[in-house]
Order: sequence, then structure tokens, then C-alpha cells
Amino acid sequence: MRMGRRIATTLRRTVIHAGPTVLGIIVLDFLLLQLMPGDAADVIATEAGVATAETMAAIRERFGLDQPVLTQLMNFLGHLAQFDLGYSPRYNMPVLDMIMMRLPGTLLLMVTALSLALAMGVIVGSVMAAWAGRWPDRVLSVVVLLLYSMPGFWVGLMAVVLFSVKLGWLPSDGNMTIGAELTGFGLVADRLSHLVLPALALASFFVAVYARLTRASMLEVQRQDFMRTAHGKGLHPFFIQLRHALRNALIPVTTVAGMHLGNLLGGAVVVETLFGWPGMGRLALEAVLARDFSVLLGVLLLSSFLVILANVTIDLLHAWLDPRIGEAG
Amino acid sequence: MSAPDLSNAAPPAVAALADVGNRAAPRKGRRLRAFVRNPTFVAGVAILGFFVLLALFAGVLCPGDPQDIVGAPVLWPGEDAEFPLGTDSLGRDVLGRLVYGARASLLVGISAAAIGLAIGMVVGSLAGFFGGWIDGLLTRLIELFQTTPTFLLVVVIVAIREPSLQTIALAIGLASWPTVARLVRAQFRSLRESDFVMAARSLGYSRTRIIVQEILPNALPPVIVAASVMIANAILTEAGLSFLNMRDPNVVSWGGMIGDGRDQLRTAWFLTALPGVAIAFAVLSLNLVGDGLNEILNPRSDQ
Repeated sequence: MRMGRRIATTLRRTVIHAGPTVLGIIVLDFLLLQLMPGDAADVIATEAGVATAETMAAIRERFGLDQPVLTQLMNFLGHLAQFDLGYSPRYNMPVLDMIMMRLPGTLLLMVTALSLALAMGVIVGSVMAAWAGRWPDRVLSVVVLLLYSMPGFWVGLMAVVLFSVKLGWLPSDGNMTIGAELTGFGLVADRLSHLVLPALALASFFVAVYARLTRASMLEVQRQDFMRTAHGKGLHPFFIQLRHALRNALIPVTTVAGMHLGNLLGGAVVVETLFGWPGMGRLALEAVLARDFSVLLGVLLLSSFLVILANVTIDLLHAWLDPRIGEAG
Repeated sequence: MSAPDLSNAAPPAVAALADVGNRAAPRKGRRLRAFVRNPTFVAGVAILGFFVLLALFAGVLCPGDPQDIVGAPVLWPGEDAEFPLGTDSLGRDVLGRLVYGARASLLVGISAAAIGLAIGMVVGSLAGFFGGWIDGLLTRLIELFQTTPTFLLVVVIVAIREPSLQTIALAIGLASWPTVARLVRAQFRSLRESDFVMAARSLGYSRTRIIVQEILPNALPPVIVAASVMIANAILTEAGLSFLNMRDPNVVSWGGMIGDGRDQLRTAWFLTALPGVAIAFAVLSLNLVGDGLNEILNPRSDQ
């Protein structure tokens, strides 16, 4: 009961808090769109191949590009309220449809990479904390520091050399075997084998981030009173670490995981391009190359919304992990 | 951190209290020893120094344009004594390109961090010092930029303008300031009520003077730590951008070398591996410096 109310309070507060951020992101997006060289009329004219001054003016009038900036902003907001992100003349498709086609791919890659990074980071960090100052800690610290310093896409490329080129175990391109008529287990296995290398490349940096953070917060928690109480009760050290230390150490880790979500999306741009993964990140780069800025900004806008959504989720997760959060609100 | 410029007009005793701000001076000797004794810091500085020397003396070490075709294409390292690290698919010297690449990476890294630090320090100090609605507004702005995926924002800014080193540095700086702003804001909030700031206020120092000369020097230690991490991240971002071909075509960069080498991944993987090793070591050195500085400057911090 009380947990339900706590979560409801947190939800209400974060939604009120996120509102202005959403509006700010939309305005920022609009300003960037204004800064772009050329407007939609130029793009359409280039596509058509011929354009007179009259047709250009007609196109501008049709899309409202001849209006004052403030009116254009209002139009932009009005369209967004109807989930209209504009139209891509290059692909002859609404921008939202293009992004929605790519969104599942990116989400699958990100959720896999994030889960992988969190699981490995928390395990490695806990091991480092348990043996703090002794050799397992030192060895892992060096490994973690190296992972922290290597570009994820390069880790991916080296993994391709090892697992695809030399060993031939894993595919290095796309998200499925094209032309293979697979069903059931074969289909899942095929998809999974395509997912391994991109997810590893995307996760590598974040494994290091979470491992460092878990180690630091686990060591910090050891000094708390409730840890002494748990020891005093005669609980098994393993359960003390698992139920009391780790649970509390997870709060900073999940907070940082939320803060890094934007970076994870950014990393996906490079990793998706590298592995030919059909996702939103690669769409962004294709849009840059095609100079199709409405698509590019659509991706930026939707990614920001995704980050806000994830942060709301994490706040709710905190309300569940820590009984003190949300009581006062 | 130089000795404080004690105001000519202020009564010496009160002025001295106001300048407790400069706590670094009496500790200088101890600090210096702490730096030398910290193995993490020393290792980081040594590797970083190596890269800085490479960047500065690239022209002397490897005379000739790194873009010039000088030998047979795709020579493996050790195959020809003239090209110790081999040649790429066009027959350009890999060693020379790695040396010149240090220049682009460090230049972009340092200037991007400088831009990010400047914006972050201004926004953070204003928000932390004034509080109230100014703080509310600026905190929103910080959150806004933290929500936007940094790399995507950099891609958008570079796409608006042409991909030159300046644009890339500017874009990374514009996308990376919120971390610094948050740090500086937190420092200002805790320092603005301290005794030496009160003393400075009572002397009638201007706000600008209190912000710049009194609080800022004391807010710096965590910012210095953040600066090295920012340079490291900027180098990683630049590498990613260059790999995606969003780079200055006239400048040799490590990320660009990885991008070029990718086509020969199956036959000549060393073309991809070597620049990546260079990036990893440059970033590692900056992270080591950051970790070392953190241990020295914030001994009780937990991160």
C-alpha cells in the first residue's frame, strides 16, 4: 500500500519536473533547425532538379517558411502536439515513420548493452570492493581502466578481427542473416549471434564506468551503521554484502546509468554504423550524409525524449529501492 | 595558484581574512611532494608528456607531409625497415601519420575542454552564487543539455557547419559543459556562505571580484580533476566523429586512420589496431592524471 503511494508521489513529481525540460528540448531543436544551412524549400528544389524563384516562393509559402520565426515555432509546436515531426522529401516519407521503423533496433541494442554493462560492471565492481587493495582488485582495476580508455567502436573492430575474421564464430554485419529462411530456435539464435558484437562494443566503456562506481559505493557503504548492525546480528557476510551493501550501492549506480543513457544513444550512432545495424543512430548518420536535417533533428528530439522517459523510470526504481525517497514529496 | 593580489585599499588584517581564500600558498611544498609521490599521477603525466612531445615535434621527428605517398601500399610492420609500422592502403607511412595524429587529437581535446570549462564555469558560478530564479533557470538549462545525447548533438552541430578542427572542438565544447557547470555550482553554493566570503562582502568588494578572486580559486580542485577527464572524453568523441568521416580532410587524425583502415580489416588489421592503441594510451594517460589529481586534491572524496 505505502509503496504504491510512494511511487505515485514520485511519478507525479518527476512528470511535473520533466515538463519544462521537454519544452526546452523542443525549442533547442527548433533553434538548431533554424541554424541549418538552407531550408526545406532548398531540399525539395534540389530533389526536383529545377526551381524558379516563383516555385521556391510557393514552396516556402506552403510550408510556412516565409512566416516570422515565432510563428514558425508555434507551427512546429502545433505539429509536434500531433506527433508530426515533419516530412522527409529525400525518402518521401514522414520523419516519424522513418524513426519508428528504426527505433526497435536501437532499443534492442541499447537494452542489451545496458544490461550487459550493468551486470558485468556490478559483478566486477563488487569483486574489486570485496578484495579492495589486494591483487584481484589491482588486476581488475587495470583492466577496467583500459576499458575506460578504449573507444568502444575500436573494441568492436578488434572483436570483429578476433571473432569474425580469425575464428569465424560470429557475424559482423547487419542484424540477421539475409535470405536465410529460419524459424523458431534457429531464428532466435541467428538474431542473438548478430547482437553479440555490437552489444559488446557499445557496453565496453560502460562496464568500466559501472565497475568503478560500484566499487566506490560498496566501500562507502561498509562504513554505515546498518552494516555494523547486520554484522552484529550474525548474518552471513555474503548475505550482508548482497542484501545490505549491494542494494544501497545500486542507488548511485542506477542514477549514473540514467545519466549515461544519452551517451549510450550517442555511442549507438558509431556502433550501428560500424556493424550495419538498422537503428536510429545509423539513420542519424544517413541523414547527415543526405543533408536531410529534418530527419536528423527528429532523431535528436526523440532520443532526448527517450532519455527523459528512462530517467523517470529510474526515479521510480529508486522509490522502490530506497524507502526514504518519495516520503517527503 | 599564485599569491593573492591583496587590495591596496583594504585594511591589512581584514583583507588577510578575506583572502583566507588562497589556502593553497602555505601548502604548496606539501602539495608538490604529494604530486611526485602519487604513482598514478606520475605514470599519467609521463605517458601524456610523451604524446605532447610527439605532437610538438611531429615536424622534426617525421619531416615531410604525412599525407604523401612514400612507399608500396599495405606493408606490414617490420616488413620494410624504412617504415617501422608499415604503410596504409595508399602507401602512406603509418608511423608518421600516428605522430601527426597526436597533434589533431590533443589540439581538439584541449580546445574542446577549454571551451566546455569556460562555459561551464560561467554558468555554474552564476547559478551557485546568485541562487534564486537565476539558479532555477540555469539549472534547467544544464538539465536540458544533459538530457540531449552528447554525441548526437555534436554530430548535429558539425553537420550545420563544415567539419574543420575548429568546428569539431567548438561542437564538443558546446555539448560537454554541463558536467563542469554542475560541479562549479555545487562548490559555489557551499562556499558562498563561508567566512572569507563574508569578510570580502563586508569590505564592500564587488560581486565580480568576490566571484572571480575569492570563490573561484577555491572551487577549482574538482574542476581541475574534471578537466583531464573532459580532455579524455573529447579525444574519444573526436575519434568517433573522424571514424564516421566527419573530419577535416586535410588533417591526419587517429579516428580517421581507424576509419580508413576498416576497409582492410580482413587483410591488414594492424591499420585499425595501431591508431586505436594510440587513442587508448592517450586517453589512459589523461584518466590516470585525473585519478591521481583526485586522490591528491580531494582526499576524502568517494569517486
